[in-house]
Amino acid sequence: MGLGVRKSKKALLVLKDGVVFEGKSFGAEGEAIGEVVFNTSMTGYQEILTDPSYKGQIVTMTYSQMGNYGVNGEDPESQAPCAEGFIVREYLPFPSNWRSGKKSLGDYLKEHGIAGIEGIDTRALTRHLREHGAQTGVISSVDPDLESLLEKVRAFPDIGAFDFVKEVSSKEAFGWRQDLWRWPEGLALQGEKADGRKKVVAYDFGIKFNILRNLVHAGFDVTVVPAQTPAEKVLELDPDGVLLSNGPGDPQTVTYAVEAARKLMGKKPVFGICLGHQILGLAMGGSTYKLKFGHHGGNHPVMDLLTGRVEITSQNHNYCVDVKSLKGKVELTHRNLYDGTEEGMRHVEFPVMSVQHHPEAGPGPNDASHIFSRFRRLLDAR
Amino acid sequence: MPKRTDIKKILIIGSGPIVIGQACEFDYSGTQACKALREEGYQVVLVNSNPATIMTDPEIADATYIEPLTADVLEMILEKERPDAVLPTMGGQTALNLAVEIWEKGVFQRLGIELIGANFNSIKKAEDRELFREAMRNIGLEVPGSAIVLSLEEGMRHIEEIGFPAILRPAFTLGGTGGGIAYNMEEYRELLEKGLKLSLNHQVLVEESVLGWKEYELEVMRDRADNVVIICSIENFDPMGVHTGDSITVAPAQTLTDKEYQRMRDASIAIIREIGVDTGGSNIQFALDPQTGRMTVIEMNPRVSRSSALASKATGFPIAKIAAKLAVGLTLNEIPNSITRETPASFEPTLDYVVTKIPRFAFEKFPEADPTLTTQMKSVGEVMSIGRTFKESLQKAIRSLETGSYGLDVSGFTDEEFFETKLRRPNNERLWAVAHAMRKGKSVSEIHELTMIDPWFLENIRQIVEAERELEEAGAKAKDILSDREALNGLKGMGFSDRRLGQLLGIGEDGIRKARKELGLRAVYKMVDTCAAEFQAFTPYLYSTYEKPFYRLASGEKTGVNTECEAAPSGRKKVVILGSGPNRIGQGIEFDYCCVHAVFALRELGYETIMVNCNPETVSTDYDTADRLYFEPLTIEDVLNIIGVERPEGVVVQFGGQTPLKLAIPLEREGVKIFGTSPDSIDRAEDRKRFRELLDKLALRQPRSDTAFSVEKALEAAKVIGYPVMVRPSYVLGGRAMEIVYDEDALAGYMRRAVKASPEHPVLIDKYLEDATEVDVDAVCDGRDVFVGGVMEHIEEAGIHSGDSACSLPPYSLDEDVVNEIKRQTAALALELNVIGLMNVQFAIKGKDIYILEVNPRASRTVPFVSKATGVPLAKVAAKVMAGKTLKELGLAEERSPFSHIAVKEAVFPFDRFHGVDPILGPEMKSTGEVMGIDTSFGLAYAKAQTASRSKIPTSGKIFFSLRDKDKPASVPIARKLLEMGFGIVATKGTAKNFEEHGLKVESVNKLMEGRPNVVDLLKNRELSFIVNTISDARAHKDSFYIRQNAMQYGVPYTTTISGARAVVEAIESLKKSKSLSIRPIQDYHKSPSSRA
Repeated sequence: MGLGVRKSKKALLVLKDGVVFEGKSFGAEGEAIGEVVFNTSMTGYQEILTDPSYKGQIVTMTYSQMGNYGVNGEDPESQAPCAEGFIVREYLPFPSNWRSGKKSLGDYLKEHGIAGIEGIDTRALTRHLREHGAQTGVISSVDPDLESLLEKVRAFPDIGAFDFVKEVSSKEAFGWRQDLWRWPEGLALQGEKADGRKKVVAYDFGIKFNILRNLVHAGFDVTVVPAQTPAEKVLELDPDGVLLSNGPGDPQTVTYAVEAARKLMGKKPVFGICLGHQILGLAMGGSTYKLKFGHHGGNHPVMDLLTGRVEITSQNHNYCVDVKSLKGKVELTHRNLYDGTEEGMRHVEFPVMSVQHHPEAGPGPNDASHIFSRFRRLLDAR
Repeated sequence: MPKRTDIKKILIIGSGPIVIGQACEFDYSGTQACKALREEGYQVVLVNSNPATIMTDPEIADATYIEPLTADVLEMILEKERPDAVLPTMGGQTALNLAVEIWEKGVFQRLGIELIGANFNSIKKAEDRELFREAMRNIGLEVPGSAIVLSLEEGMRHIEEIGFPAILRPAFTLGGTGGGIAYNMEEYRELLEKGLKLSLNHQVLVEESVLGWKEYELEVMRDRADNVVIICSIENFDPMGVHTGDSITVAPAQTLTDKEYQRMRDASIAIIREIGVDTGGSNIQFALDPQTGRMTVIEMNPRVSRSSALASKATGFPIAKIAAKLAVGLTLNEIPNSITRETPASFEPTLDYVVTKIPRFAFEKFPEADPTLTTQMKSVGEVMSIGRTFKESLQKAIRSLETGSYGLDVSGFTDEEFFETKLRRPNNERLWAVAHAMRKGKSVSEIHELTMIDPWFLENIRQIVEAERELEEAGAKAKDILSDREALNGLKGMGFSDRRLGQLLGIGEDGIRKARKELGLRAVYKMVDTCAAEFQAFTPYLYSTYEKPFYRLASGEKTGVNTECEAAPSGRKKVVILGSGPNRIGQGIEFDYCCVHAVFALRELGYETIMVNCNPETVSTDYDTADRLYFEPLTIEDVLNIIGVERPEGVVVQFGGQTPLKLAIPLEREGVKIFGTSPDSIDRAEDRKRFRELLDKLALRQPRSDTAFSVEKALEAAKVIGYPVMVRPSYVLGGRAMEIVYDEDALAGYMRRAVKASPEHPVLIDKYLEDATEVDVDAVCDGRDVFVGGVMEHIEEAGIHSGDSACSLPPYSLDEDVVNEIKRQTAALALELNVIGLMNVQFAIKGKDIYILEVNPRASRTVPFVSKATGVPLAKVAAKVMAGKTLKELGLAEERSPFSHIAVKEAVFPFDRFHGVDPILGPEMKSTGEVMGIDTSFGLAYAKAQTASRSKIPTSGKIFFSLRDKDKPASVPIARKLLEMGFGIVATKGTAKNFEEHGLKVESVNKLMEGRPNVVDLLKNRELSFIVNTISDARAHKDSFYIRQNAMQYGVPYTTTISGARAVVEAIESLKKSKSLSIRPIQDYHKSPSSRA
């Protein structure tokens, strides 16, 4: 009956292990399949949906009220939503925010063909994923046959089998001039080329706009290149430094990126973020491993071992670098204080640094954003 | 960084009596701080004048001074104890102000004591408006346009640029006392004058109005290594213009995008650094223009606060405890998160639920007060509730309030001015008015225009109203829902109570409960775990919700269809303790104190203790207090749900006041065992007829009384009983709607009002014993023996509510044989009622005659006072007795030897908050809190109690008398003594004449209407140091109101009873003899532990 609230079609969520949640459809009607993960951020659903790292994944938000502030033109982290599907406890179809106008989350998802499900016990789902690990699942508001849905999920390959980076990366190189969001200007453009700016080439493995904005803010001229750009081509551009971005999926599938990173190290200062960090780990000959259910949220404490400061960080990764496998080659620079995982390193010889978390925030705290200046100093020191 | 080893002894300043703006949240915070510091190996000295607190229990600190919180007393304690450091951030504004005062006197510097938690400069920077604005400018943050005003002239100059409406905030006052909003010049002048007077440093901030802007609060913590975390964000339902303590607030913030939230977070971090709070927590308030997103900083509190207590309960992150540890040098990452155990405290809690706080008001106690909500706080308590959605938490919070509302159900708004008075003007009924307006067809945007409440909140309310409408419109078909599991689950998930649904469907609460039972539709419990289930949690801190079931598909079958409940009850021997709900006048911290003691005692006896309560300010809702905590409304529905899951051995209802007590019979009816005194015995004491039979059987006396259902019957009964009579409705809490009437006219008038107040209840009429002495007794009975914990003699005569009266333990004027007879009668009553646990009896003594006024077989308001005064933890003893221990086993079967000390309790009143309210005492309780004075004589103890309640005992100057005829004879010896001690006496003409006739030399002065100079001139010229003003009837009240009002305004202490005057004289004598107050820790008074309880 659904008294008083939004009426809509029934939707189902079926997990690979056979667990089924029945809810209501929101966003686009249809079907979405992918790895189901949970994110513990209370704000920033638009940034999360548009974060290319979520390609191949269905995101469930642990916070229970979604849609509250609608969507706006300033918050996307890429051209369009990348998550495969969206799971929420309650979707509120009446946005209220001075930036959103009246544009609702549901309409936004519909526009981009993203299926959502609401009204399920997302906390039970989260606990299930915590106990049994992230796994493939399907959301459907078109196929009511549970057996059929379960079959689809079981037939679907694990996330490691895909190279989503190729899908989400830009196809062409482009320049970037937008600075960080601020009030009241919004997203202003960087001023005319000033002296002292350094040139950075950013590999787009599924890069978030806020990384680019942070680079601009830290005084870089930014050129973005597609994921498969060979190192030689980048070196031809003769940048002062190279950034390896975040992106979706298993780092082991992006061998071309690992190859490029290996060639760039020692030649140019390199800064890796998230997938970029993992790519560097592999390029140095280290190993990576998959976490049970990953880190997705905006409240993980990470200690910057170089300053001794604890930073509250934005996190979004399922894979980790085993920094110990790089003994002698790198120094550990960051440690996650929640579970002790290694979240940052710098090369003992070359100007190479990387972090597993997201210093660019968007969404999440800005505590770690100073690391873009650290990268800048790394370049200045040369 | 490891904790500091250069300090060993730390003094914590408490917050004193419960007043509006400063309630038991500081007991919660202070208790946590004491425990945390001792856990780290520090010696803790505590100063607090409030006996009704857990923090002043002798076990909580190494030395506890229940002494007045004044600079002089604190200085003496510092001299004596020589702590290495003082932590001033746990005791609210009182502690902070005191620390500032003492610092400015140079005491800390002279004794080499360090201020930790917040230093002098940061306190100054945060509290001094000008310094604060400058600090904000330094870090590029906006504050509303404003001016600091030190005089009326200056204020008049600045108002032109600031414009109307303008907000006035006096600096250094409690909860914004004296603040307000001025819409015109006249109001501005009036508020400014008052504010300048009230401010400790005669400073008032006049501010640009940000009325109607969105209001937010962030709770921030910082450690010595400069790590900063945000514990909680709070969004106010009521926009700017309503004090945050009076606002409905919601956590987390609901309508901020991440960018906007991060901007606020970054600002908060910058602020705590700029203000220089090195270690500990701060609360920072922001206003946001809903049209443009412009953000201004409103204020910062560099200490724990009401909001930090709320944030602690809302998130599971114990701010005060962590703040105390940070103050001694630990860093956030060195402290474990006790809920997850594995992870550190250097993180930001994330919620997967919504928390709603609704304040509770006491306007029914002060009918003359203006119920408009402004920047000056008026609420006396609050409830918090947790739900998976805002709708659910809102509706749960509504029924937690215990105001008779079980949803958005009040529809008695008939006022033509409805939209003006109930919507546009903020008031305590606005939430219900919003729903009402929606039913009347107003749109969300129209209501937003009127109220400026964010449309997101309004839309949620609209969904609730819509659901109700659909249910009502379905007519007969609506009952289909009773067999539709999913639909009913949906409504329960929106927070609807069984009671409200039963109302809407016309089948009553029981009908819905039955339907739920048949459908197997049960509430599930989820954990408050700080991390939204990312990590396993170990602390059973739970709330209820309704979730949809899920299942597993196995070989084509749906298996294990179930909703997930995380309660995981143990198989241990267990007991549920019901708390006392929101603080209100008549039921406050004293009852929480008793509940907490019950938990401690029952845990000692091996029970698993399960606490149910919905008051976020309390120690009982600290997840460290009981083994398991259910943060839930105290309604029969919610309690039965918990019992259904936990299956306890029994339920304890006698410690939380009326709230749990009224559940006793319904619970018993559902087959739940009630611990201790049986509900039938409780009924025997409460039912008038049965009670009279009981007294007859024991040959005990009570004042003549009768019951009336109509005006005629009441007049008849009163004639038989004889005037004056005390009248009241049959169901009372804290003396509500009770009055003493002296003649037929007054009675008829009362009957018209009271019967309107509660139509289905009769009115009770008792003989009022004039000039009788009232006595309170608290006792514990195990069915065989009776232990009389304390006999308290009231200072004010019978007829003044016992909660409002000062009292002395032991009695200071009663004969020993009277006291013995009181004890005997108490014991007889307890045994006859078969009390198992606590019992309170109120007696009136007239000459040698002893009358019984009331017997309450439950914890009373005075239990903590008795426990502190005697050293016997009465509530603990009672809890153990209820669990089957005997008094003999507890070593309390015999009477104890008399003490060499005496303790006095004094009440504290909120009159200064309610402009236009007469501060006269009567049978209706009006006090919000209490203080205790303890010393070797009655005079000294009384003097301490008065000092602690901010009613200074005069030692010189002129004393003013204006008396009713009846009191004139008794006043002569009082006045004579005052003259002997060197005071001058001023009196109104009639009173002066009486003194002169007895040969006393006094000045006479004009009443207000008699010409100039008059008494008000003397008050304004500060020529009077004390006022004695007694009044006979309601008309006289009105005629002399101006005296008391001016006394309050000019801060001149006063008494409205002759017995009060007598006690003051005794206090003056004692003070003159001993020259100054002396101090002594409570542990010293009770050196020999005579109880094994």
